Amino acid sequence: MTTVAATATLRAVVVPRRTAPVPFRRLVGVELRKMFDTRSSFWLLASIGIVALAAVPMVIAFQPTGDITYAMFVNTIGYPWSLMIPMVGLLSVTGEWSQRGGLTTFAFVPRRGRVIGAKAACAAGVVLAAMALCFALSAAGNVAAAAVAGIDPVWDVSAAEHLFLTLFQAIGMAAAFTLAVVLRSSPAALVGYFVFALVVPTLSSMLAGAQEWYGDVAPWVDLTHGQLSLFAGTMTGEQWAQLGTTAVLWLVVPLVLGMRRLLRVEIR
Amino acid sequence: MITITSLTKRYGRLAAVDDVSFTASPGRVTGFLGPNGAGKSTTLRILAGLATATSGSATVLGHRYADLPNPGLEIGVLLDASAQHGGRTGRETLVLAQRTMGLPAARVDESLELVGLTRAESRRRVRDYSLGMRQRLGIATALLGDPRVLVLDEPANGLDPAGIRWMRDLLRGFADDGGTVLLSSHLLAEVEMIADDIVMIGSGRVVAQGPTTDLLAGARTLVRADDVVALGAALAGAGHHVTPSGDAVLTDAGPGTAGRLAFGAGLAVTELRTADGAGLEDMFLELTAATAREAVGSAPIPTGASA
Repeated sequence: MTTVAATATLRAVVVPRRTAPVPFRRLVGVELRKMFDTRSSFWLLASIGIVALAAVPMVIAFQPTGDITYAMFVNTIGYPWSLMIPMVGLLSVTGEWSQRGGLTTFAFVPRRGRVIGAKAACAAGVVLAAMALCFALSAAGNVAAAAVAGIDPVWDVSAAEHLFLTLFQAIGMAAAFTLAVVLRSSPAALVGYFVFALVVPTLSSMLAGAQEWYGDVAPWVDLTHGQLSLFAGTMTGEQWAQLGTTAVLWLVVPLVLGMRRLLRVEIR
Repeated sequence: MITITSLTKRYGRLAAVDDVSFTASPGRVTGFLGPNGAGKSTTLRILAGLATATSGSATVLGHRYADLPNPGLEIGVLLDASAQHGGRTGRETLVLAQRTMGLPAARVDESLELVGLTRAESRRRVRDYSLGMRQRLGIATALLGDPRVLVLDEPANGLDPAGIRWMRDLLRGFADDGGTVLLSSHLLAEVEMIADDIVMIGSGRVVAQGPTTDLLAGARTLVRADDVVALGAALAGAGHHVTPSGDAVLTDAGPGTAGRLAFGAGLAVTELRTADGAGLEDMFLELTAATAREAVGSAPIPTGASA
């Protein structure tokens, strides 16, 4: 029996092979790779690294040596990262449309929810990895700065605050991911994310200052308000309730509606 | 094996695909032919689970595409060669597909070789690829899982003549191995050359379908003589259908019969041939004229027939 004959019989069979479905773990692996294998993702990753590496010497150079604490490093790295890290998750979703890769991606995996789920898992993993790296770099910077100044390093971030900061970053990622699912366009979602991260907090506090009634409801309707209380490091029961309410309003509801649309929309 | 049954897709009031039914069989190349905007791509997108039908069904090997556990191993799909992330290398594009399907890594090099992309080319960004190279990369992606069904939308686009020849041989070989090939095209000559079966579509409706040989059996003979009027009369007098075509006539008589009739009428024939290349084109224009977007006037619209 020749190979040609073998292929002929195989191809001529008119029922599908007994194949196992693509396992979720494999999809996560592929989606993680897709986050970092393009030229633009390389530069995004490079700039995230450059920002972190620049932040450490900047703190050491510009802060009075006696005042340097661990929290300064965490904040100097963490704040710019809160703008940059979410872009990784955002572009991973919108790229399927803006770069039209979805035509191939969803042809290989027609159950689109699994692809988006894999992307979400990757996005969560990216946040956790980034925060671990942020804390590690900050600790190294703090030890180095203390050694230079000849003082004992100051560790002023509690275990709970580490969790709060991680949740702060996770909310940024979730907001970017939600915008990506709803808008399915890289430029639109990026603009949306910068409005969320930079414009909304300012506008909201200005409005709260000018209008008393808004000042009272703002914590219950503005997600960035709750996000910033996480950054401040103390959370009361009421603040958790406010954060939960705004998360449902701005993350869960839009994500559910956006996913319903995404699962049915025609891929062109 | 692809089965399309009463497939309809409406966008608001517009029916982009209107009650389309056909089958693409194993061992055969099926050409899906129609003018731009006729509904070919929409039909193929529904087939590949990328769009939902308003009614009707499309199945691959008896299953809805979305129900195939690992579709890349059953059916290779290339709907648009330019729809690839420009920032990835060609090789990386294939590696992602190989990993998604859970195939051995060696398949990537095999596929690159199969479509004639060199190692150096595969390490370039897709952004820098010509359309022809993207077509080859798209074919490599489609063939990666060694599927038994291939669906290609306008695969000849951007290929040079040698590339078109290569594509034709590749699809022919795939079908001869027992595979099912469905390719869409608006290039009549291309389809006529490769397809065993033709499904012709215009404004969302199937206007003709059948084996290519059957569809072409109605092809006519072109006869040219100095006195076209007498020639037409001679052919019509013998009961044949005659259509004037410039300074020649088209008739349903075979070349032999037409030649003898002209000889009998004492007419010197200056040209006598089957109107083969134009046969399908005439039918294509004729069948789609009523439904085509462009009003098909008296002047024949140039198509890829000369390619």
